[in-house]
Amino acid sequence: MTTEPLEERRYETGDQVRIALTHPPGHRRIPTYIRGKTGIIERYCGAFPNPEELAYGFDGLPKRHLYRVRFNQINIWPDYDGPEHDTLDLEVQQHWLSPAEEDNT
Amino acid sequence: MTDEHELAHSHDHDEHGHGPVLKYSDDSRHDYDETGRYVLMAEALRELLVERELLSADEIRKQIEFLDSRSTGLGAKIVAKAWSDPAFKDRLLADGTAAMTEFNIPMAGAELVVVENTEDIHNMIVCTLCSCYPRTILGLPPDWYKSKSYRSRAVNEPRAVLREFGAIIPDHVSLRVHDSNADMRYLVLPARPENTDGWNEEQLAELVTRDSMIGVSFATPA
Repeated sequence: MTTEPLEERRYETGDQVRIALTHPPGHRRIPTYIRGKTGIIERYCGAFPNPEELAYGFDGLPKRHLYRVRFNQINIWPDYDGPEHDTLDLEVQQHWLSPAEEDNT
Repeated sequence: MTDEHELAHSHDHDEHGHGPVLKYSDDSRHDYDETGRYVLMAEALRELLVERELLSADEIRKQIEFLDSRSTGLGAKIVAKAWSDPAFKDRLLADGTAAMTEFNIPMAGAELVVVENTEDIHNMIVCTLCSCYPRTILGLPPDWYKSKSYRSRAVNEPRAVLREFGAIIPDHVSLRVHDSNADMRYLVLPARPENTDGWNEEQLAELVTRDSMIGVSFATPA
């Protein structure tokens, strides 16, 4: 596993992305509440060892590109009780992301 | 022992997953049970590490001493400097980890992101998965930060949570919640209180509270 190179970086700040709607077993750092939701890349954070591998004592390599993604709260929680401009940011590894065109979920 | 994040990981495997992962006993639900399985496991692990000479007892003691030496005073100093020195503030917001080297603070494997409260933006921090917290600059997190109630409600009804902390955020202000779920650690740069023109950094630091740097409150008015 350590021989695989780092994947090419695919997203830039401002890109619209969707979080995979999937529930694989194992240790995941992508909370359930955000899976399947659409947001915008807020910044690129760098490449970090993959926590899904680290959790089981592997070396976490190759590293994964990590981004901060910003979501509108109203797109996460349909009954969100606050103004439309409220947001939530969290960190997502590239393999959980795919490009999204529409700004809705 | 390097990163607070790793220490916390073992608690959260079975909270969000949808399949069997690692079989932990039911007391994974008891966050603060000091006689529980995790305390005993930690003790057993410590003894093994020492016995097999992977770590010395003194190295473990030193790391605990280091963590205990961290306190909110450090964060307050950083905030006060940012309020006083615009160039430092720019560096801090651009790259928190790099700015910490000016204070000789190692981030212990995590990166620091500093988010600024302004007239139009209020930031608050939570770690929904465990208890990630910028321990190297704020010390240990408060118990409520680790509670399941705060961790779940801060993302889905943050304004209600803030009201319970006594912080009313007007509707024209954007509330930004940051879920500290991976490799970044977050520090809120609270807004500088009014009527503090001419105050020096030491005086300003007195106004910076722990909760204002988590974003559930504001800096103390002058």
